[in-house]
Amino acid sequence: MYLEFENNSDILIVRMKGELDHHSAEEVRNIIDDRLDRESIIKLIMDFSEVIFMDSSGIGVVIGRYKKLSSKNGSICITNVRDTVKRVFELSGMFKIINIYDSVEKAIESL
Amino acid sequence: MFENMMKIEFLSKSQNESFARVAVAAFASQLDPTIEEITDIRTAISEAVTNSIIHGYENREDGLVKIQSYIYNRELTVIVEDNGKGIDNIELAMQPLYTSRPDLERSGMGFTVMETFMDSLQVESEENKGTKVTMKKVFKSL
Repeated sequence: MYLEFENNSDILIVRMKGELDHHSAEEVRNIIDDRLDRESIIKLIMDFSEVIFMDSSGIGVVIGRYKKLSSKNGSICITNVRDTVKRVFELSGMFKIINIYDSVEKAIESL
Repeated sequence: MFENMMKIEFLSKSQNESFARVAVAAFASQLDPTIEEITDIRTAISEAVTNSIIHGYENREDGLVKIQSYIYNRELTVIVEDNGKGIDNIELAMQPLYTSRPDLERSGMGFTVMETFMDSLQVESEENKGTKVTMKKVFKSL
């Protein structure tokens, strides 16, 4: 999995490319957490536009970041999730606690 | 009897999760599945193999995961087997959001995904012998 980061004032945007499964999840988690900690950022946008496959490992990654940031009064949202990936998220009921937007711009406005 | 079948066996390395789902999806492609059906298969296989690696073999990389797949008419059967530590309480393990390893940041949705994306799911397990997951899916005719 390939990750691309962008800072927008106090928000960290991470654009993920590839397949998010148990194998890639650990690396994704470590790289994002490292960046959040290093720059003391508590607002995160995870962009899924180029995540072409995801299993339930992805739910763990998003909820894990949600827990981490909530404990610091931060926030997280996800953007541009394709339908096949959204179906996996929907099973978990995750959208009750994490907002989803169809563009990074809208997500920035909301945070 | 089945019309076609395949078997693969691979080490319990997480790199093989993507290999397993691609292999089964490629085998299933002879049924001319829709993109949605093939995504369902890929996701369900990914969950079953991940369970074998994380829970069955507790992330040891020297275990073997075996997949058999059969085609009969429009139905695909996939059996994912390991010789790992087995599941203590299958009913509990299959509950949505339950995970035996909260320390690993797992969502506890693996079996729920398999149940939702496939037409049937059967789990057999014996302590210290292993786990066998049998999933079936009927592909709609075009």
